[in-house]
Amino acid sequence: MIQAPTNGLRTDERAVPSRDARGPEVYASTLDNGLDVVVIPDRRVPVATHMVWYRNGSADDPLGKSGIAHFLEHLMFKGTEAHPEGHFSDVVASVGGQENAFTSFDYTAYFQRVAKEHLGTMMSFEADRMNGLAFDEAVVAPERDVVIEERRMRTDSDPDEQLGEAMAAALFTHHPYGNPIIGWMHEIEGLTRADALAYYRRFYTPENAILVVAGDVAEAEVLEQAAETYGRIPARGERPQRFRPREPEPHASRRVTVRDGKVEQPLLRRLYLAPSVITARSGEAFALDVLAEIFGGGPTSVLYRDLVMDKKAAVSAGAWYMGNAVDATRFGVTAAPRPGMPLGDLETMIDDTVADFIAKGVDEADFQRAKTRLVAEMVYAQDSQATLARVYGSALAIGESLEDVSEWPSRIEAVTPDAVIAAARTVLDARRAVTGYLEPERA
Amino acid sequence: MASPTTTDTATRAAASPTVTRVTSPGGLEAWLVEEHAVPLVALEFAFLGGASQDPAGRPGVANLLSGLLDEGAGPHDSDAFQNLLADRAIELRFYADRDTLRGSLKALTTHLPAAIDLLRLAVNEARLDADAVARVRGQVEAGLRHELYNPDSLAGRAFFANAFPGHPYGRPTRGTIESVGAITRDDLAAYGAQALARDNLRVAAVGAISADTLAQVLDDVFGPLPAAARLTPVADVTAASPGGRQVIDVDVPQSVVRFGGRGLKRLDADYLPGYVMNHILGGGVFSARLFREVREKRGLAYGVSSSLVPMRHSALFLGGTATKNERVAESLEVIAAEIGKLAADGPDAEELRLAKQYLIGSYALHFDTSTKIAGQLLQIAVEGLGMDYIDRRNDLIEAITAEDVRRAGTRFLAPNELIVVVAGRPVGV
Repeated sequence: MIQAPTNGLRTDERAVPSRDARGPEVYASTLDNGLDVVVIPDRRVPVATHMVWYRNGSADDPLGKSGIAHFLEHLMFKGTEAHPEGHFSDVVASVGGQENAFTSFDYTAYFQRVAKEHLGTMMSFEADRMNGLAFDEAVVAPERDVVIEERRMRTDSDPDEQLGEAMAAALFTHHPYGNPIIGWMHEIEGLTRADALAYYRRFYTPENAILVVAGDVAEAEVLEQAAETYGRIPARGERPQRFRPREPEPHASRRVTVRDGKVEQPLLRRLYLAPSVITARSGEAFALDVLAEIFGGGPTSVLYRDLVMDKKAAVSAGAWYMGNAVDATRFGVTAAPRPGMPLGDLETMIDDTVADFIAKGVDEADFQRAKTRLVAEMVYAQDSQATLARVYGSALAIGESLEDVSEWPSRIEAVTPDAVIAAARTVLDARRAVTGYLEPERA
Repeated sequence: MASPTTTDTATRAAASPTVTRVTSPGGLEAWLVEEHAVPLVALEFAFLGGASQDPAGRPGVANLLSGLLDEGAGPHDSDAFQNLLADRAIELRFYADRDTLRGSLKALTTHLPAAIDLLRLAVNEARLDADAVARVRGQVEAGLRHELYNPDSLAGRAFFANAFPGHPYGRPTRGTIESVGAITRDDLAAYGAQALARDNLRVAAVGAISADTLAQVLDDVFGPLPAAARLTPVADVTAASPGGRQVIDVDVPQSVVRFGGRGLKRLDADYLPGYVMNHILGGGVFSARLFREVREKRGLAYGVSSSLVPMRHSALFLGGTATKNERVAESLEVIAAEIGKLAADGPDAEELRLAKQYLIGSYALHFDTSTKIAGQLLQIAVEGLGMDYIDRRNDLIEAITAEDVRRAGTRFLAPNELIVVVAGRPVGV
């Protein structure tokens, strides 16, 4: 321990308003046309983050049209009836703003980050493209080529990504989470302007959208600007429905192997079908958050200590849980073997570690550490308006409430060791799993 | 919709955090932005030297050492040290680049005393235990094996090797599988003894910490280090010119392209005008010429960009893209043509005005989190730009003329002298 600074540090600590305990300041409301609005003030710098989230993602792509959600996201930058292609981006750039968009399984989001005085301008442009999209046939083919190059870059040049894609396809036998967000190559190649516009008309409506503004703003001012811009978009009557088949209860453990001459470092990956924060029984998703942290969250985790530190079978090992999803989701485990360690042996060791963990129960120090780390994440998130906007936007987009987000730390605190073991027993079951091997080409 | 507004001086002033120079009783200096809105402290620091100080023929020492500083120190072995960090959700990371070995600490104010103590141990008393060295070495080697046939890393490594033959900057920062395997504990200890010192240290802190407390932290953490680093002199070097083309065969459907050549050093009077020029060519906005011509008009690639990469002893202009093998030749032609056009004609007046307006307006976006502010401050300190740079920077951009930009452009936009590296199976290159 250091002596002299301690008093100083403790003084600082008392002087700090305990924002960590209360969570960030957040306001929610809904416009007359059904658009949800979330405002998260952060007055430290005169900057605002403006996001619009749509409650549709790649898992809502029509059958045979995989990739359409993502392709439409690209085409949303191609102009509207009021503003030709490039106009919006030019205005964003001219005020020193940053912009982009992203597509996930359950949602699609568009954002700009600007000096706060430009927020109204961003809102007027973003509202305009919520129902005014208009682009020529001529832009479709080059933009589809851009998406095809994006797929080649992300997946087709990388055997590890190909393994991930094949594993998801095997894990989800019926649910569209088994399709890649960017789409299958042969289906991307066939996507048309008509496909994009049909999808746009179905999902891009005020009832289906969430406006999130974080930064140096006041709630009243944001609501006033939102009413003048987004508020003018006519309501459609009701929110579009997602048609999501339910994944059946799995019974078969599956194995997927990718062998490629470009692989020099083998990898073992595993995905378990797990309940999401939306589908889980009371508290189980929070238990899975704690489980992922204890079992595979970094160098102090059970899996890392066992495989890397003690058995020296792997050079790295970890686990993660994608709880924020509308439907049944993934709990993942990854390990990279040390040279000469066969993947089959490593897989047996992982199974042993899981069995041993369930049999012995949760170590008290591990349990406390996991909770501390998870809860601290929320405090660290408060340092970034962009992170907070993402946390709240993604939660609402999958069907959570603001309370679900603000109460997450207390729900994590409420998880018991027994609940962690029960979740492990249910989810970390070989019959729910796909195991992936990434291996060098055999000579 | 509102028309694009001109620069707002009030915004610029308001966007600048108030930076305080903190000097410890022991004579160490740090730059501080005190901010109590969120109960955390972010500390960023750098030791000048970095991978350029790796022993000749043994690249990867600084990188391997950076991975070992938090793997056991003082009385704590690796497991104990990692537990002490994780029990308090303290985030401590070290990493090396060509010119610096850097550290980054983030902690809740509640846990700051413990965080500072662990940092002190990591910086002064890293154990370098045999099992930790073996483990981290194995991790670095696994990372290198993972990338062995990755077109992106192959192209990047080859570009630096071609730009700086025989110079430390031409060596891979993380080393090679062979060189990392040969690094001894003595190499690591020797690097630490020579390159971690008080005179080559730069520190920035942001968050809920007072100047007095920070001063004490500086002396506690960095006071025990030797006064002066013993760095091996690194020769100033200019990127090879003319560059030439290299194709690295990898069995992938899409080739990764790196292109570039000599750039502008950070303290060069032409650096900021060159930065504006590069922004117009390949900065990260949808309006950049390369983005428009390569992606928007022709659909050749998902991404294409360029940047100025200043280093302490050299400077690069470096760009990249990835396109299907059949269209690499076309992409390279388009890129070279755009570079040539901009070099010959310069940007048009409106393009220049908009570029300056973007760069001025977007500066505030680099200061909206504690970690980003600390990172910006540290970079300014490392580059020797002066503590008032944040206040001066937008005025410097504003004052740049078309003539400045053209002059700066002629110093790095040289389409016939480009170093080009392609990793993939390009057709007709």
